[in-house]
Amino acid sequence: MTTRIFVSRDAGAVAVGADEVARALTQAAAKKGASIEIVRTGSRGLYWLEPMVEVATSKGRVAFGPVTEADAVSVLDAMLADGSHALRLGVAEEIPWLKRQTRLTFARCGVVDPRSVEDYKAHGGYKGLARALTLGTAGILDDVTKSGLRGRGGAGFPTGIKWKTVADASADQKYVVCNADEGDSGTFADRMIMEGDPFVLIEGMTIAAICVGATRGYIYIRSEYPHAIEAMNAAIAAAKRAGYLGAKVAGSAHAFELEVRVGAGAYVCGEETAMLDSLEGKRGMVRAKPPLPALKGLFGKPSVVNNVLSFSAVPFILDRGGQAYADFGMGRSRGTMPIQLAGNIKHAGLFEVAFGVTLGELVDDIGGGTRSGRPVRAVQVGGPLGAYFPRALFDTPFDYEAFAAKDGLIGHGGIVVFDDTVDMAKQARFAMEFCAIESCGKCTPCRVGSTRGVEVIDRIIANTNRAANTTLLQDLCNTMKFGSLCALGGFTPYPVMSALTHFPEDFGAPPRLQAAE
Amino acid sequence: MTGTYEPWDAQRATEIIAEYRSVEGPTVVILHALQHVFGYVPEPAIPMIASALNLSRAEVHGVFTFYHDFRKEPAGRHVLKLCRAEACQSAGGNALAARAEAKLGVSIGNTTADERVTLEPVYCLGLCATAPSAMLDGRVVGRLDEARLDALVAEAQR
Ligand SMILES: Cc1cc2nc3c(=O)[nH]c(=O)nc-3n(C[C@H](O)[C@H](O)[C@H](O)COP(=O)(O)O)c2cc1C
Ligand code: SF4
Ligand code: FES
Repeated sequence: MTTRIFVSRDAGAVAVGADEVARALTQAAAKKGASIEIVRTGSRGLYWLEPMVEVATSKGRVAFGPVTEADAVSVLDAMLADGSHALRLGVAEEIPWLKRQTRLTFARCGVVDPRSVEDYKAHGGYKGLARALTLGTAGILDDVTKSGLRGRGGAGFPTGIKWKTVADASADQKYVVCNADEGDSGTFADRMIMEGDPFVLIEGMTIAAICVGATRGYIYIRSEYPHAIEAMNAAIAAAKRAGYLGAKVAGSAHAFELEVRVGAGAYVCGEETAMLDSLEGKRGMVRAKPPLPALKGLFGKPSVVNNVLSFSAVPFILDRGGQAYADFGMGRSRGTMPIQLAGNIKHAGLFEVAFGVTLGELVDDIGGGTRSGRPVRAVQVGGPLGAYFPRALFDTPFDYEAFAAKDGLIGHGGIVVFDDTVDMAKQARFAMEFCAIESCGKCTPCRVGSTRGVEVIDRIIANTNRAANTTLLQDLCNTMKFGSLCALGGFTPYPVMSALTHFPEDFGAPPRLQAAE
Repeated sequence: MTGTYEPWDAQRATEIIAEYRSVEGPTVVILHALQHVFGYVPEPAIPMIASALNLSRAEVHGVFTFYHDFRKEPAGRHVLKLCRAEACQSAGGNALAARAEAKLGVSIGNTTADERVTLEPVYCLGLCATAPSAMLDGRVVGRLDEARLDALVAEAQR
């Protein structure tokens, strides 16, 4: 009998030796004369346990991790004999960290073979599309609107309203564009989906295309993601062969062609209008809105532009109905959010959960505190444009409005943890520096203000006219916040001001009392 | 690896441009294709692209210089990219970056005098759960510590 073994091909697992482990397992099996089949899956997202290796048993898939090349022989023995092993984690689905999650979007990630349409279908794939084809435009819009889904790229705009605008527009050509630029530090959920369950993204984009009447689509993937690019290209080719893309999608009258385009190392190209310019072959300059991309988007045509996670939530919504998704969450934040725990955190990885979980639960309880073992001092939520939160704000629930009320944002759901060795003045300086490096240059507050900001923070750090320069920094942040065309210049003040407000002692000022514990 | 790139050849470049000129929004696609084959985009390629696409030379030059990825000169034999973004900073990336600079004798953004290694910054590789991260000639490496970094630098110097 052939034993089926699963090893992740996710870049995060490969970066810590998954390829070497897969090779060592194959060699160990050959030496023993054991018949094994290695399936390369995506990652389940328990990155501190990667490379995590699973074996199919009558009880389910039993996991081992983190496995090194040197462990291959003994792990294989334990797998074949169903024996004990120091790295044995038990049935994967029963691992508490995974069991606590609500995996709607990530249900299949780490489970299926991301190169196989058949495997995708065997795990419930393409059911949403089948129902969408019977519903038509109005029915699809109804479900997406009812689900309460808001854009997962950062801005949180209701997806149903966006799609309706494109559906209502009349044009000879419409486009569906997926924003897979994922430039925020601390985020990797888009990458995981593309590498681990690419068909869910293809299905979501196909449903969008049918809904609005688009026949062409693009996925704009950043060049820093070679594994995701390869995975998406392979999946698109497989979907075409299986009749799920092309002239007659799933045998229907709808045509939909999909293509991957690769970015070229510019953070601002994650901003949707800059991305459209880049797709058109131009410099990635931010466009003034209006016109909305929904009406004048790619090549001036009506276009749906959504994040990877927004599209990938749609197959579940169409399969189970909008209400099933809306049943999760709090307030106006419905459904689940794939939260990414990153940086100096013990249990780093992907945690998909209904909105409403608090920042403290995520960092201390689920994340297990820092990897360094030192106290958590600050966490940055929402990427390089997101605010730094002190422990005093750890009761903030993960919800668009609750974070906005604390002068922060949830963005794309990344949480980066820092221990007590962090220098918050340096982090504020980095935020300004990053803005200066990545500014598209269109508006003065962003282009000039960020460079000025670095200089002013340098003076504060050097204790030159500290009080006056701190006031100057605040004024500068205000100018950037209100005078910038897009959120790169407009939101860089979030990390800067939050560092200054919550950690004044790092800027040479007396500490805030409420920030102390 | 730069060693596997073809030397600049205008005829070959013309063929590459012709292959992609009719895709929608071709400029960035063509620049990527040229860099993929030659390892960089030499000056003479710019007017060639411009005339094939009926654009001005300034327009193509503007696109070429806008993006961090495109090189106007060949890189070193190996390209080592170190992630300099926040998640990697929180996990000790700053000290490792300084260590790599000291070992290679160049600051980030430069190529060693023997043209073996180009050391570059990258702002997130999406490996933030196994930080600090790096990429050597397209191969990803996570959970860097001093020993793993030293091995990576030594490999790049070979
Ligand atoms: C500087 C900047 C960078 C951005 N980067 C991304 C990104 O990498 N991915 C993304 O989906 N949205 C990004 N956005 C947000 C997009 O502009 C846009 O809101 C999003 O693609 C819409 O899709 P959604 O409604 O599904 O979120 C960025 C915005 C700004 C201002
Ligand atoms: S805020 Fe900055 S990145 Fe955004 S449009 Fe203005 S200059 Fe460009
Ligand atoms: S911040 Fe370094 S990999 Fe994301």
